[in-house]
Amino acid sequence: MSTDTTQSEDILATAAAWRAEGEKVAIATVVETWGSSPRPAGSRLAVTASGRLAGSVSGGCIEGAVADAAKQAMATGTPQLLDFGVTDERAWEVGLSCGGKVKVFVEPLT
Amino acid sequence: MKAEILERLQAERAAQRPVVLLTRMTDGEQHLWPQEALPATLAEAARAALGSEKAGNVTLDGETWFVHPHNPPLRIIVVGAVHIAQAMAPMAAPLGFEMIVVDPRRAFATEERLPGITLRTDWPDEAMAELKPDGRSAVVTLTHDPKLDDPALDAALRSHAFYVGALGSRRTHAKRVARLKDLGHGDDAIARIHAPVGLDIEAVTAPEIALSVMAEIVAARRGAALGQPRLQPAPDQGRISIGLSA
Repeated sequence: MSTDTTQSEDILATAAAWRAEGEKVAIATVVETWGSSPRPAGSRLAVTASGRLAGSVSGGCIEGAVADAAKQAMATGTPQLLDFGVTDERAWEVGLSCGGKVKVFVEPLT
Repeated sequence: MKAEILERLQAERAAQRPVVLLTRMTDGEQHLWPQEALPATLAEAARAALGSEKAGNVTLDGETWFVHPHNPPLRIIVVGAVHIAQAMAPMAAPLGFEMIVVDPRRAFATEERLPGITLRTDWPDEAMAELKPDGRSAVVTLTHDPKLDDPALDAALRSHAFYVGALGSRRTHAKRVARLKDLGHGDDAIARIHAPVGLDIEAVTAPEIALSVMAEIVAARRGAALGQPRLQPAPDQGRISIGLSA
């Protein structure tokens, strides 16, 4: 699209393109951060049921867990609000080592 | 997200109109502002988000909404794929700008000289007609060639570009002002031009000039006093200076 910006790739355009190819797509968005989270609120990750990924919601620490939740959201058709932080067992498991906390909203593209 | 919302959101962005996506965290319900009428609390939060360029949360009736602004991209349109443009190029993206370089001289406007920069080899008047500089665009002319610089400045002064800068000595600029007046531009329009271009840091080399121009663009964008165009002394009263940085 003409407003392509060098600030970040246009994840929404990618999501739309994937959907047009017949993929099942979900979009994850950072909606809140505390402390030294690597990506600001508004950062997006697009995921397909077939496993394609574009963008990021962290420095790579929680993308795997978010992708799992995204697949679930695609299966159920229901959005989810995920919480990751140093006190969160899951976050330790997936390695949010930056010491920050982050909330990620995952929604299927329907 | 409904495909219909995504389509409308992308259409607004493609048209370079500011748009805010609001999402209710409880169930994913979504709206676009200002395209849809919303309760005052949400509309106010949306307006504030566009101004601050920060996404965040707002609570309405005990429910949290995520307010996600999408401003048109910040752009720097440079006319002249010259040495200074090359020095500006690596600074643009980290500062949050998309840089577009216009130069019909194909020997200059090459991917090798300006890797990763959007290059246009059409004439500046045609390029500007398509690029449509807006309130989030800076326009900088660097060629010294009136055939190339003037049409770009003419278009920039007819636009809402937040910054217009032109390289050239005071003497060069005085001649340029006369030509722009012939094109129908009044004193207010002329006063928008930053010339000599860039903050006065006594820049000499191309990277120094690039730094002074980028700093001036950032100052203009952030509303700093340094980003205001300076009053122009008449050429015969001003300091006599020669060379690119003057």
